[in-house]
Amino acid sequence: MKRLVILSGKGGTGKTTVAGALIGLSKAKAYADCDVDAPNLHLIISQKAEPKKTDFYGMQKAEISQDICTKCGLCKVKCRFDAIKNQNGKYFVDMFSCEGCGVCETFCPVNAIELHKNIAGELFLYHGNSVFSTAKLKMGSGTSGKLVTEVKKQLSQALNDEKLAIIDGSPGIGCPVIASLSGADAVLIVAEPSVSGISDMERIIHTAKHFGVKIAVCVNKYDTNEANTKRIEKFCKQNRLPFVGKIPYDINAQKAINQGKTIAEVDCSSGDAVKKIYNEIKKIIFEN
Amino acid sequence: MAAKIAVLSGKGGTGKTLVSVNLALAANKAVYVDCDVEEPNGHLFFKPTTIKKEDIFVKIPSIDKNLCTGCKKCVEFCKFNALAYAKELIVFDEVCHSCGGCVMICPQKALNEKDKFIGTVKTGISENVKTITGELKTGEASGVPIIKNLLNKVKDEKELVFIDCPPGSACTVMESIADADFCLLVAEPTVFGSHNLEMVYELIKVFKKPCAVVLNKTTQEKNPSEEFCIKNGIIIFQKIPFDQELGELNSNGKIAVRENYSKKSLFYDLLDKVREAVK
Repeated sequence: MKRLVILSGKGGTGKTTVAGALIGLSKAKAYADCDVDAPNLHLIISQKAEPKKTDFYGMQKAEISQDICTKCGLCKVKCRFDAIKNQNGKYFVDMFSCEGCGVCETFCPVNAIELHKNIAGELFLYHGNSVFSTAKLKMGSGTSGKLVTEVKKQLSQALNDEKLAIIDGSPGIGCPVIASLSGADAVLIVAEPSVSGISDMERIIHTAKHFGVKIAVCVNKYDTNEANTKRIEKFCKQNRLPFVGKIPYDINAQKAINQGKTIAEVDCSSGDAVKKIYNEIKKIIFEN
Repeated sequence: MAAKIAVLSGKGGTGKTLVSVNLALAANKAVYVDCDVEEPNGHLFFKPTTIKKEDIFVKIPSIDKNLCTGCKKCVEFCKFNALAYAKELIVFDEVCHSCGGCVMICPQKALNEKDKFIGTVKTGISENVKTITGELKTGEASGVPIIKNLLNKVKDEKELVFIDCPPGSACTVMESIADADFCLLVAEPTVFGSHNLEMVYELIKVFKKPCAVVLNKTTQEKNPSEEFCIKNGIIIFQKIPFDQELGELNSNGKIAVRENYSKKSLFYDLLDKVREAVK
């Protein structure tokens, strides 16, 4: 199975809009939303079946037993994450800062500290005509990279022999993006013709290159700044990256999304452009 | 001490940088902190003169192979699987959280700590705005230590501070809003925008922060984000209409309040409301 990941560096360039359309066009039977702290793909790809839900356990969290604690303060000294707080002479663990490393538990001289399981999100698996794996991080939890890995694992385990899986990624270049890149065959970067979009595109391409995956670029809303679109095309040429197409700004795209549809389902200029991109990216994914 | 205003959105590309950059400049004297260390963009608008550049390091273990006896106590201890033993001890730098536990626990004192470079923090000046920008090195997983460094710099700041947050609602966002006095949520008029607004609103409720919403790119069409605000009684501070002129300025890295933009007052009005809210 080939895995195509949609990324952008900058947020809001149209990753999910493009991913949704590509899923429709390719009739992909396997897809996932790895943007676990802002998942949106489910809003445009309607599912008939109810999802199978699974709790996601993040890193454990430390807890101090006030009955046993002798208030020596050693845990506060040892903690690198500033997660032990002293309030009115009592020591507490700040759940948001605790990373579950276990240093405080190990070094507490009176064994007053224990690590506890911690539900940090929920996984959803839709298994109808196709397999759709997605998740939602619980607010206030930090471990999104680990949850991305679980989303991908859940997708792989539910599949038999599919040719193509399409994975909607998250913005940025950090741990959730790195987690979505591992094991990918190709990346489609959705760039935006703005100075921010170009700077962020360059950083995500640099990041993706660490993983030795095929990289292709398309531009969304290209006509909002044609000079910057040309800069992106030139950048791709210089760096020998396939430039697979440009999508015009299209108010119908917003309307389609607000109706819960992909742009491939409605007759519009942005949908037509994605069809061309699909034909190009298909060649790239399946060439040897 | 002046207030810290975090600008966040959940969804990316809704206009966090647009709003925070324009507010900082409109405020006349202010500090702009770019906490989107994975993809920092504020500097593209301010084009600041850099006055200080600092490298940021985290601690990772280094092994003294002569002292290691292969007891594997560190491997058993590490919750992040950053250490493994196969013929000899190996460290996986990328997954190390720098807790220091392995070094503390090693009975042979065979582990020490060394610095690993993860990015930079630049302080600069652009007119009356002090800019502080973090930039994560590509390939690094976590920008949290850089964000901590950024916010530490404005701990006792006397001027108004605008914190441009990363998208999403995970650890980097939590770190960015931790010290904020007020949260400004920027939302766009799509179901994507409203769904992520809902998530980030849940997050700031967990952190018990006061907040208001800026609706960006508004049109005559229905606005799911506005509906969400009305339903939940969230104050809307400003509506910034979809506007080609503003879009073009922004895509060319120009700051609307610095240019001859016809609707500058949108940002000055918003600033007044923010000032009132944090008084």
